[in-house]
Amino acid sequence: MYEKINKLITVSPSPHVHSAGSTQKLMTGVLIALIPAFVIGIIMFGWGTLIVTGVAVISCLVFEYVIQKYLLKKEPSVTDGSAVVTGVLLAFSLPVNIPFWLVILGSLVAIGVGKMTFGGLGNNPFNPALVGRVFLFISFPVQLTTWPAPKGFGTSLTDAITGATPLGIIKEGLRNSDSMDTIMQNIRSSKEMLYGHMGGSLGEVAAIALAIGFIYLIMKKIITWHIPITILGTIALFTGIMWLIEPTQNASPVFHLLTGGAILGAIFMATDYVTSPMTPKGMIIFGVGIGLITVVIRRFGAYPEGIQFGILIMNAFVPLINSYFKPKRFGEEVKNG
Amino acid sequence: MLKSFPRGGVHPAENKFSAGNQITKLPLPKTVTIPLSQHIGTPAEPTVQRGDMVKTGQLIGKYKGFVSSNIHSSVSGKVLKVDKALDSSGYKRTSVVIEVNEDIWITKIDRSSDLRKEITVSGDEIINKILDAGIVGMGGAAFPSHVKMSVPKGKKCDILILNGVECEPYLTSDHRLMLEKGEEILVGFRLVMKALNVKKGMVGIENNKPDAISHLSQIAQQYPELEVFPLKVKYPQGGEKQLIKALTGREVPSGGLPIDVGVVVHNIGTAYAVYDAVQKNKPLIERVVTVTGNDVKKPSNFLVRIGTPLNQLVEAAGGIPAQTGKIVNGGPMMGKAMNSLEVPVTKGTSGILLIPEKESKRKPFRPCIRCAKCISVCPMGLEPFLLMTLTEKEIFDRVEKDKALDCIECGSCSYICPANRPLLDYIRLGKFRVGQIIRNRK
Ligand code: SF4
Ligand code: SF4
Repeated sequence: MYEKINKLITVSPSPHVHSAGSTQKLMTGVLIALIPAFVIGIIMFGWGTLIVTGVAVISCLVFEYVIQKYLLKKEPSVTDGSAVVTGVLLAFSLPVNIPFWLVILGSLVAIGVGKMTFGGLGNNPFNPALVGRVFLFISFPVQLTTWPAPKGFGTSLTDAITGATPLGIIKEGLRNSDSMDTIMQNIRSSKEMLYGHMGGSLGEVAAIALAIGFIYLIMKKIITWHIPITILGTIALFTGIMWLIEPTQNASPVFHLLTGGAILGAIFMATDYVTSPMTPKGMIIFGVGIGLITVVIRRFGAYPEGIQFGILIMNAFVPLINSYFKPKRFGEEVKNG
Repeated sequence: MLKSFPRGGVHPAENKFSAGNQITKLPLPKTVTIPLSQHIGTPAEPTVQRGDMVKTGQLIGKYKGFVSSNIHSSVSGKVLKVDKALDSSGYKRTSVVIEVNEDIWITKIDRSSDLRKEITVSGDEIINKILDAGIVGMGGAAFPSHVKMSVPKGKKCDILILNGVECEPYLTSDHRLMLEKGEEILVGFRLVMKALNVKKGMVGIENNKPDAISHLSQIAQQYPELEVFPLKVKYPQGGEKQLIKALTGREVPSGGLPIDVGVVVHNIGTAYAVYDAVQKNKPLIERVVTVTGNDVKKPSNFLVRIGTPLNQLVEAAGGIPAQTGKIVNGGPMMGKAMNSLEVPVTKGTSGILLIPEKESKRKPFRPCIRCAKCISVCPMGLEPFLLMTLTEKEIFDRVEKDKALDCIECGSCSYICPANRPLLDYIRLGKFRVGQIIRNRK
């Protein structure tokens, strides 16, 4: 598009200024928003958090670089930061005591299958981190559902005690037809859960930390409220109805919101630009869909978490949603007085 | 709450360096080059030839057809040639080159600075004078003004809008005119109202010009039919469709014109030119041009004769800064980059912006991350990322269906895109191709 007239002057079409925003800055913003959850992860699960995250990020970067450079023979774009985000999100949805080789394998699937087979950033229909995570979950269910109980700072990986996640405890309890009250006695109070004091993957446990990240993302205009709020709202609404109807069989909506990676998924995974709709209306449909699928899977399906499947399933509908929910064109409906 | 257009928009740095600097008269150049096509439409026919002596204000090009405009000599002197010469678009166009000799005006022009407020002429006479004076839209597009003055059959105009938004960053010529020629501008505006037989006039000014808002509001007090409205600072508030929506709530339909919703919009410079034409018999032979840029020594607003070479303006503003990498005719969002300063000021030249080398090149673009920022800033509710992709893939029926032709080329999408994608470049191409296809269909 450029035409150099002489050494001095560039002639290019308007506009001649740019907002100075960049893909890299957006990705950096997402990473900053993840810092509070990261800190809580370290406090709750020890230095293992750092190690798992580090392994995932480095693996994602290496795989992205190698695949682009040697397999696709394209200019590697690792500097855009998207692979780092994928790595962190993958790590955040894994238990801290997961073997390293699984983290590396998950990263390979995330980047290789989830992103590069579709043509790299911008072309992948599914959230790469979730592709990696779900692959691991299905292939290695044992390693992926042995959650460490939070122990606190300074715990080394090996002496972390494993404990089921709150949602796992409920599923298990209901299977043994225990009453909800009995089950709940095995679970920490909501208040403790709010601070992340529960078993779970390393970045999903602290609602408050994730919420701080959410506020940051909104303030920096990196994401809009639509997707996270509709997902969480839908989950709260439907689990709330079920809870009111059958309190002995169902956990409270607060409980559902605080567990199973609902908040991490709603704020950081469902909002992935590439794999989510582009208009507010589309985002709301998307969010409601994820919320519903999550509730259905949690209530009737085999997996206590469910949001991850919810997101992946709705990812598949994004092209359809985008072509159906177009932005409102200026001058489209004319009602002039 | 300040009025504003509802959807989209961006906030580029305003950088109105020259806002506080009074309009100054530039000395006459040695020669002027006056293109016969300074407007949208058919070029004017030359009425002079080589060797003729002309006076300031004399007709040198006669409009040809309805969408065309008269051209007058901006100086007195000798016609050196009537020939093709480079203009700011980078093309060679037929121009009249005049060697300046003194400054002798044709006698019918009232050169005094007396304010003439009373309107004594009829509506038709006003329109004729606008046509005679060669007035065009002075905000950049240079659409012949008399065309806007004839309301098509079956349509009615009930609101006239004066566009004092000047939402382009850097430019200040309208701002200064409002401050220094407020009375004249509102008389000019009322003349247009009379010609169109409109009873309601609205003046829209962005809220970053409080001095202009209070000045014009004060003057407008004597005219009950006029009201001044401060508007939210948001680009492109001055886009015709956006401004109409902000002020009247009416939405120009897709593919339509302002008159379809009963509105006509004129710009500040145009209203001033109408005043001059009707009250002073003075054709459009000079205009205010902002010369500005981050490194420009003396950012200025000059009153210059049409045809003055741009480098003379840049000299007067302290010369071209050493590291200049781009020269823009107009503002940074919609202006056109030029390849030379050896071209003349025309009726549509609102400013010259000198952009430093380091800011003059775009960064290489990356893949679209589908962040939807381009959608959320588009004031027309389009999907720029999609229009670009469809144009790249040459799927032009969808480019058309997805309303590429509604794009007002404001540049907000390219401005915001974090992947630096040249969205508007492709959309322009898409619009062009769709236009061709539509023409072939007929
Ligand atoms: S702003 Fe750029 S990166 Fe974002 S959706 Fe539009 S084209 Fe794609
Ligand atoms: S598509 Fe056209 S109207 Fe929309 S933001 Fe881009 S340039 Fe402006």
